[in-house]
Amino acid sequence: MTSILFIVFLPLLAAIIAGLGNKAIGAVPAKVVTTAMLFVSCLLSWPIFLGFLSGANQATVTPVLEWIHSGDFAVAWALRVDALTAVMLVVITSVSALVHLYSWGYMAEDPDQPRFFAYLSLFTFAMLMLVTADNLVQMFFGWEGVGLASYLLIGFWFRKPSANAAAIKAFVVNRVGDLGFMLGIFGTFLVFGTVSIPAILAAAPQMAGSTIGFLWFRADTMTVLCLLLFVGAMGKSAQLGLHTWLPDAMEGPTPVSALIHAATMVTAGVFMVCRLSPMFETSPTALHVVTFIGAATCLFAATVGMVQTDIKRVIAYSTCSQLGYMFFAAGVGAYGAAMFHLFTHAFFKALLFLGAGSVIHAMHHEQDMRYYGGLRREIPLTFWAMMMGTLAITGVGIPGIFGLPQIGFAGFHSKDAIIEAGWAAGEPGVWFVGVLVAAITSFYSWRLMFLTFWGTPRWAASEHIQHALHDAHGHDVDHHAHGAHHADEHGAPVPRAESAGDEPSEHGPAQQDLPAGTGGYHPHESPLPMLIPLIVLSIGAIAAGFVFQRYFIEPTSGETYWKGVIAFREHLMHAMHGVPVPIKLGATIAMLLGLVTAWYAYIRAPRFPAAFAGHFRVLYRFLLHKYYFDELYHLLFVRPAFAIGRLLWHRGDEKTIDRFGPNGSAWLVQVGSRLAGRLQTGYVYTYAFVMLIGLTAAVTWAISQ
Amino acid sequence: MNGSIGLIHYLIVAAILFTMGVLGIFLNRKNLIVILMAIELILLAVNINLVAFSAALHDLVGQVFAMFVLTVAAGEAAIGLAILVIYFRGRGTIAVDDVNRMKG
Repeated sequence: MTSILFIVFLPLLAAIIAGLGNKAIGAVPAKVVTTAMLFVSCLLSWPIFLGFLSGANQATVTPVLEWIHSGDFAVAWALRVDALTAVMLVVITSVSALVHLYSWGYMAEDPDQPRFFAYLSLFTFAMLMLVTADNLVQMFFGWEGVGLASYLLIGFWFRKPSANAAAIKAFVVNRVGDLGFMLGIFGTFLVFGTVSIPAILAAAPQMAGSTIGFLWFRADTMTVLCLLLFVGAMGKSAQLGLHTWLPDAMEGPTPVSALIHAATMVTAGVFMVCRLSPMFETSPTALHVVTFIGAATCLFAATVGMVQTDIKRVIAYSTCSQLGYMFFAAGVGAYGAAMFHLFTHAFFKALLFLGAGSVIHAMHHEQDMRYYGGLRREIPLTFWAMMMGTLAITGVGIPGIFGLPQIGFAGFHSKDAIIEAGWAAGEPGVWFVGVLVAAITSFYSWRLMFLTFWGTPRWAASEHIQHALHDAHGHDVDHHAHGAHHADEHGAPVPRAESAGDEPSEHGPAQQDLPAGTGGYHPHESPLPMLIPLIVLSIGAIAAGFVFQRYFIEPTSGETYWKGVIAFREHLMHAMHGVPVPIKLGATIAMLLGLVTAWYAYIRAPRFPAAFAGHFRVLYRFLLHKYYFDELYHLLFVRPAFAIGRLLWHRGDEKTIDRFGPNGSAWLVQVGSRLAGRLQTGYVYTYAFVMLIGLTAAVTWAISQ
Repeated sequence: MNGSIGLIHYLIVAAILFTMGVLGIFLNRKNLIVILMAIELILLAVNINLVAFSAALHDLVGQVFAMFVLTVAAGEAAIGLAILVIYFRGRGTIAVDDVNRMKG
């Protein structure tokens, strides 16, 4: 299967051309090269996926190069293609190609486009390396590669201090996870003597129940290894505890959020757990932890998402929450369902993000939903695309009961499968969390829709809109060129302002208090390159569920599709389809409840949310501050780290090393030379006298010997 | 040969001359010409030593060496005086206390 070589290395080639060519080749060639190569990659990926669906393709490993060969430790670059990789291949290349295209429109005014497209392609390459990895070291290479690309893209507008801070935060938080991943790899090599994934998975069942000693205690080998690897997955997939970087990562341009922080990179953790699922199967403890963390993240992120006012932040928390779904699916053993949700989520979440980008574009970089309203008629295509995404994420569909055909939007098939799997696996608590979160998901998704597209326009109060109007009147120019009007002190045009959103404050205006009115501003629909990806992804959001459902989670066809690549629990899938009717209906009812609540709170009685928040002030503030995670981490880690740094800096560096080292020796030389200088009179006879004394002393000594 | 002048007397004269020369350099605060003269005194003291030992040991090499020293002393005096003249032109003084430009 040589096409995999092209799939993986074309994006790298594109990144090199666009990145090294940069200003020399200009924006248009860079865009054309990267986008074209990504589309080629995408077109080559789908046949592989379809081949696996039809059962024609077998798992293959394409060797590329020897990498490390040292004693017993052998690592080779090799591209592994199997059913699991094929899913990721189509997700990555499709979303990436569409995001490349979308960026033509979205980044049109940016002066640094070649760099942007080079980073995007580089990210795609790293992600493809990650998913095609045949051994853990290569997976780690891809893992770090996507981390690097994520860092570069979050900090793409590097003139903004907040973007730099967010990029560093993402990098540092991921380091914590990566430490776990690295320790997991080391431990795996220690235990199995190899880093090759198939070899590890084959050997894992024999190691079940064995213990490993560390310092003074002994622990179950597989539990330790799985938990260490899971820490890596938690970091990359923004699970509770290591999630703080994801909302801040919204500082990056919106296409980046769609590609990296929604569809692909953040799902790497889920992918890793599924890839190593036979290993996780050997440790029930580790699976319980995965389930617990997944469910906790799911609930946490969804509740925080309810009170956010920034459109990108709502979707970011929603991503976090959906990743929680995937993890608890993996935790209860429904790896197929986890991958299925990963697959559908990539489409509808990328769609939601790109839709949000389109709204932001139309609203002149206003990201606060309180200043939206009534956009339904102004930007209808974006509205309908967002609508498809919302229907998909909330899981709208007809449950397959009473003989009705089970059909619905993408999220309906995958999310309901996960929730049912929770019940079928004998975890009613998990099922309950799943249903509860389904209601919350529905609530915040519809809240986003209602605030943005329904109601009366509240644009007039927005500073961004006022800016745009001012520019349009003052200079009589298209407000597209807005960004170029501002110049920083270096004279370079300031890139389009985009932020992770202001920290929502409880003192901010509630949306019903803002003066209604358009202020004479007319939102404009996005250009064609931005609309095409929206349309394509809408189709994915509608159809990805019922078209591919049987391959991922049906007991028999799933088994033939996965072919043992993941630990496919056939009996669980059977049990999943046989759960009682009320359990099956739970998620759908929850979804409707969320919709009705959102409709009541944001259309029927717009004063209700503020009154509610006023009534439950403590709860509201708790959610608004994201469970005080940032504050807690600031107190626990950031402040002590600063304190230690300051201590080492002042006490260690300045007062010890500098004092006795460089500064000390400089002082010694200075004082010494001042004293020596004082000995010099400049009179010849003094020197002659000293010479004579010396000579006399020398002679006296020589004679006395 | 009691009372006759022997090697030891020459050496004493030479030592007195040498000491006078050295003191002439160090204690002199007047002018540079005195320093030159003091150097001549030192060289002469050395010459007396050379010649005295040459006579005492019946070795002519000492006297030949004394001739060389005289020549060198003449050359040294010429060069020293020449430098002195140039120095006086430049600085307008040859007082020893003023010659301290080597002090940093």
